[in-house]
Amino acid sequence: MRHTLVATVEDKPGVLNRMVSLFRRRRYNIESLAVGHSERPGISRMTLVVEGDDRVIELMKNQLEKLVNVIGVVDVTGQPAVTRELTLIRVEAPLPRRQEISHLVELFRARVVDVDHDSFIVEVTGTEDKVNGLISLLDPFGIQELVRTGQVAMLRGAVPKAYKIAVFK
Amino acid sequence: MTTGAAILWDCLVQDGVEVVFGIPGGAVVHLVDALPQYPIRFVLMRHEQAAAHAADGYARATGKDGVCMATSGPGATNLVTGIATAYMDSVPLVAITGQVPTPVIGTDAFQEMDITGGTLPITKHNYLVTEFSELARTVREAFRLARSGRPGPVLIDIAKDVQMRRAESTRPEDVDSPGHSVHRPVPEAALRRAAELLNRAQKPLILAGHGVVLTQAFAELRGLAERLEIPLATTLLGISAFPESHPLSLGMAGMHGTPQANRAIQACDVLLAVGTRFDDRLTGDPEAFAPRARIVHLDIDPAEIGKNVRVDVPLVGDAQKILSALLPLAEPARHPQWISEIEAWRGEFSWDEPLQDPDRVRPQYVIHELRRATGGEVLVVSDVGQNQMWEAQYFQHVRPGSLITSGGLGTMGFALPAAIGAQVGQPDQLVWVVAGDGGFQMTLQELATVVQERLPIKIAIINNSYLGLVRQWQELFFDRNYSATAIAGPDFAQLARAYGIQGLTVRSREEVRPAITAATKDPGPVLIDFVVEQEENVFPMVAPGRALSEMLLGDRSSCCSMGRAPAEGKQR
Repeated sequence: MRHTLVATVEDKPGVLNRMVSLFRRRRYNIESLAVGHSERPGISRMTLVVEGDDRVIELMKNQLEKLVNVIGVVDVTGQPAVTRELTLIRVEAPLPRRQEISHLVELFRARVVDVDHDSFIVEVTGTEDKVNGLISLLDPFGIQELVRTGQVAMLRGAVPKAYKIAVFK
Repeated sequence: MTTGAAILWDCLVQDGVEVVFGIPGGAVVHLVDALPQYPIRFVLMRHEQAAAHAADGYARATGKDGVCMATSGPGATNLVTGIATAYMDSVPLVAITGQVPTPVIGTDAFQEMDITGGTLPITKHNYLVTEFSELARTVREAFRLARSGRPGPVLIDIAKDVQMRRAESTRPEDVDSPGHSVHRPVPEAALRRAAELLNRAQKPLILAGHGVVLTQAFAELRGLAERLEIPLATTLLGISAFPESHPLSLGMAGMHGTPQANRAIQACDVLLAVGTRFDDRLTGDPEAFAPRARIVHLDIDPAEIGKNVRVDVPLVGDAQKILSALLPLAEPARHPQWISEIEAWRGEFSWDEPLQDPDRVRPQYVIHELRRATGGEVLVVSDVGQNQMWEAQYFQHVRPGSLITSGGLGTMGFALPAAIGAQVGQPDQLVWVVAGDGGFQMTLQELATVVQERLPIKIAIINNSYLGLVRQWQELFFDRNYSATAIAGPDFAQLARAYGIQGLTVRSREEVRPAITAATKDPGPVLIDFVVEQEENVFPMVAPGRALSEMLLGDRSSCCSMGRAPAEGKQR
């Protein structure tokens, strides 16, 4: 089963390396990984989509939290959460088919961000399902290139206790 | 005004470090230059692997952090085996390496090695110090990390220009990183569930591991076992957690464990496992491990709970604290039926036969005689292989913390350097090395260190001219195809004398006892080369992938003969 984990980590040199090395040697199946700064200086947040049963995920969480630079890991799977990813799609767009493609793009509240003689670059953000939906509808036109960021996630409602970072003494 | 080198030594002294094991080189020459001003003993080793093992042995023998030091490049790479050994056995170690100057890091400079990258999988954490202002805080943090929670090795790689830099330094504030493990409160609900299980058990069993030794929970463990009359088995590293002369002691469990320990595990209805990580040498086929038991797993590392074996009640925390909290919840009990069931299993294997053999020098007899001569008042440091297993089976440890051995990584060559570290840490303690001729050859250069440091270490070489445990597997599972296992060695006694150490050779049973007596009387280091029976096997044995109940007993079972060869591909 796919799980989405959100890890809060110290922004120290090599922290990404440490986490990825851990995944490699424990043979954890990482589908996507998105990381960036958080609301606190010096602290970053990483969203991981991983494959595994409950036991493997629990072990993964515990192993991650052993890393000195990892402050906490929360499994947001199955909890009310906002999940988004951004995808750029280079789709074949010969003149006669442009209107059709543009219409699809509009329906998905996506945007055309580049226009060339024979192709568009389409930018879409949304849940994984929405992005997958647009991709499958654009596929018949011919997708030349595809880049996905992977999901970021945030729990709905109040900030969970696990997110609260210990105050520096 | 101070220098990076001075800051490092100041931090070490402030942290209570008295000994560093290492070998200098270009990238640490500034550190060793500053050293004479500090009350720290530098033990010069002959290979950095041995320096790491020595720091490891020192830590295990004293309970303090072991510190080793090496230069950049090959000095650092030579530490790797020793660091990995400490990592697998959860030993607090701080390894300090010099690094090339910051401007040339990443340019493949002379003796440059990315040791922080290389030790990522085998350290709790590591640091590359490239800023003078970061040095003090890093060293302080490293030492705290090595011994906090589950102990383990930490490496600090210090760029040479940082060591040389002369500047003002302010005392670093004690900053607590948010990622460090927080103090865990005792888990009340889980404790009650555990106590309930133990109180209601008909066939309870305690399995004690290295965690008991690391946290020194000897009294608490014994108190609990006696109060509830629970028989107790140990892992290899848990051997000195409980006196093996105690009526409740079942000895070591696992691949070469005793029949009573292994069968008790398979028959028990509640298993309290303390400070063990259910390594495969212990469990045999993990799917078939303790099939009838509800398992209570007490460990300081939450990532170990449920990793190899399903656990019914997790107890995460320090073994000593949790056992203390558990004791008052335990209701005094007696289990006479269970105990007598276990007693019947004790007779299943004949331990005495090798001891009675009048003609040949049997390795088990050598161990037995060592035990007899020392009365168990000794610190034994064993190497890896058959010698290690016979020591574990035949020595009968009663003193807490009296066995030091490489369990998790199983590093041949560990014993001599680790014994050096142990003897340095405990100068008044009698220390005996038990090693095979194969493993001993891997680090025998440290005999020079023994002499230079004037360490009265006694060394017993169990010499069968084979890589014994591999040869045993070849005999049992590969149709006696002794490929690449017959190993030549020197006349060890003569070699010892060449180093300036008293050397003795034993070739007959009658010579065993007098040699040990002579070694014990000698105030200095002594090496005894025991030339033993070559094709001797360690039994009982649980073949890989088998359940603990499927023990091969060799030809020494009281009932049955050797079992079948193991099925292929059964092991996870």
